[in-house]
Amino acid sequence: MVAEGAVWGIIALPLAAGALAAAALLPALRPLARASGYVAILGVGGAFALSLLVLDAALGADGAIGFPVRSWLTVGDPTSAGGFEMTVGLLLDPLSAVMVALVSGVSMLVMLFSLGYMRKAVDGEGGAWADYPRYFAYMSWFTAAMLGLVLALNLIQLFVFWELVGLFSYLLIGFWYHRPAAAAAAKKAFIITRIGDFGFMLALLYLYLHRAEFLALGENPFEIPAILAAAPLLPVSVAMWVSLGILAGAMGKSAQFPLNTWLPDAMEGPTPVSSLIHAATMVAAGVFLVARMFPLFAESTVALNAVAIVGGTTAVLAAAMGVVANDIKRVLAFSTVSQLGYMFLALGVGAWPVAIFHLLTHAFFKCLLFLSAGSVHHSVHTFDMRYMGGLRAWMPVTYVLTLIGALSLMGIAPLAGFWSKDEVLAAAWSADGAGSVVVSRLVFVLGMAAVFMTAFYVSRLVLMTFHGEFRGGIDAVPDEERIPDEAHLVGHVHRAESPLVMTLPMAVLAVLAIIAGVALNALTPLGPLPVHGLTHFLGGATRAFDPVIAGASTLLALTGIGLALGMHRRGSLALTDLPQPWSVVHRFLARRLYMDHLYETLIVRRVLYRGLFLATDWADRRLVDGTVDVVGWVGRNGGRAVAQLQTGQVQVYGVAVFMGVIVMLVLFMFQR
Amino acid sequence: MLERLLILSAVLFCIGLYGVLSRRHIIAVLMALELMFNAVNIALVAFSRYVTPADLAGPGGMAENARYVLTGQGLAVFVIVAAAAEVALGLALVIALIRRTDTLDITGVSLMRR
Repeated sequence: MVAEGAVWGIIALPLAAGALAAAALLPALRPLARASGYVAILGVGGAFALSLLVLDAALGADGAIGFPVRSWLTVGDPTSAGGFEMTVGLLLDPLSAVMVALVSGVSMLVMLFSLGYMRKAVDGEGGAWADYPRYFAYMSWFTAAMLGLVLALNLIQLFVFWELVGLFSYLLIGFWYHRPAAAAAAKKAFIITRIGDFGFMLALLYLYLHRAEFLALGENPFEIPAILAAAPLLPVSVAMWVSLGILAGAMGKSAQFPLNTWLPDAMEGPTPVSSLIHAATMVAAGVFLVARMFPLFAESTVALNAVAIVGGTTAVLAAAMGVVANDIKRVLAFSTVSQLGYMFLALGVGAWPVAIFHLLTHAFFKCLLFLSAGSVHHSVHTFDMRYMGGLRAWMPVTYVLTLIGALSLMGIAPLAGFWSKDEVLAAAWSADGAGSVVVSRLVFVLGMAAVFMTAFYVSRLVLMTFHGEFRGGIDAVPDEERIPDEAHLVGHVHRAESPLVMTLPMAVLAVLAIIAGVALNALTPLGPLPVHGLTHFLGGATRAFDPVIAGASTLLALTGIGLALGMHRRGSLALTDLPQPWSVVHRFLARRLYMDHLYETLIVRRVLYRGLFLATDWADRRLVDGTVDVVGWVGRNGGRAVAQLQTGQVQVYGVAVFMGVIVMLVLFMFQR
Repeated sequence: MLERLLILSAVLFCIGLYGVLSRRHIIAVLMALELMFNAVNIALVAFSRYVTPADLAGPGGMAENARYVLTGQGLAVFVIVAAAAEVALGLALVIALIRRTDTLDITGVSLMRR
């Protein structure tokens, strides 16, 4: 058993630490800027310790641990359809226990890394630690919001934290707000996720419309356990519409096709931010939400199929776009989108514990890979792989750690990624979920295709960054491609390994990226490790290891690696001069399927600007302004007309009074 | 008898009203105003004399004594006093008007318009 205060403390500690870190923004406390980093790490570290306590309690308990549900807002009589009660509380079950431990743990490691990364390479205004207070405050608050999201009992409560997470994502993407690209990327991320959230909100409204069905069961229509318990009793259409709305929200947050365009741009934020928020935690919130509401999704074949198809499509398309990207962080961003597609795929074929398993392993190895990218940037000051190469000569530790993350991501046994990816594929092939068999098999094929592409682009990343000849780093980047803000870094390439404060968190993540698969979800008994521990803990069905699928996916991955190695030999890995028709495909993918073009030029400029905005502008000028003008005209000219009656002659007024009396008399007589 | 008195009162009132609204000489207007006052006084006294209050008219009431209830007449005396005061005020205004405009014709006075 665990005290309720301890669980609230998981949210409260980072919140308080963030406030303390932000206090260093006060001019008087400016000299303490450096300390704000340590304060934030202490806060998140405390949350991590509490999370482990909570996880331990959850392991000991059977199912969810109950906490009192608190009433926050009551309107009318909550037991009747006219009233409404907003409750808040904690939902601590195996799923949220695993998630809080993951979020707080990874957050702590990333913040540790940030101590080194956010220190300015070249002393600017305000000293080397000038960025610390704002950065660590945002990161702490983000962590608090994410932990609150995971622990939320009520869907509205969850939605509040969901939006807070979006807000801090916005602030952190735009952390370097003086760069136009960062400001634009932040805005884009905010707007596109908001489109998905609109669906989420519609789902909430739809639930509210159907509150009578929950009230008949004596349940609150927004409490997650109540919804899940009532799911089998609800009409299928209700389950379907609510699920699809929630899926829309999850697609926005997890950057699933077609709302995937914001995540690659979000790489404008500091690299540790990309690592924590846009790889390990926030983007996984969509997967978490669908897993959390899974019993509701399971009631609707349509909803499950939609999840699977969205996931499968995203997995392939994003992997294909990752193949042609040259920016190391963009490659990882596309990879993240693709892996999130895998998780959706697993959810869609009904294997939600597998999705969470892949979420965990992915969090470790993708977080590691992003930190590697940060470490590389720390040395060469650019993210463009075309100007890297040969870095293993002076970054051996980063190289080895990157290699571990890369192999894990590719799904090479026995690293973590292999086990989780294999389980996803096996679940898709077996098609024993509530979705349709055809869809399940189809997404299996898509998943297999993504395995090949993943292996290729990850190998390409490693080879272009660490192998071959060094191509000059930021010094070699042409002026027109360089971020203006980084001009002062030219000439500061230092051929050295990153400091220990950066490599140590990476090493911890690397260890996790190696062992997490076997340790969490071993397929066969291995010493003290429980078989399928995580799946059992989360409460899902288990599936025997399928050597045929594992062999096939490994073979595909090795083919991808082989292709990349072959192209590396011939020096054509930069994919610059490809023969027809590959060059056409390359351009198509490099322009990201023209999705940005579609959204910005067609939808925003044409449909919204030319159509909607000009129409509303016309309506505003002519109809609204016109009406107001007419009202003014009537008042002005009417007043002038009435003013003529004011003669100043007492006797004229007397006549008017007399007329009035007569009118009143007549009225009284007729009223009788 | 009441009807005749009320007709007298109404006629007097209308004459007064006509005078107030039509005369141009301010003293004539004031005099017409006095006529209206007295028309009202006549109506007041007539009602008081001929209409029995309800609580005196009921069974066991003192309808016979009603003619000695002099409330209306008393009120008429008060109105006469108020009218006298009003005339004093009106004449003061007339003097002020003469000082300012050197005329007694009120159609030329439209200060309220400004």
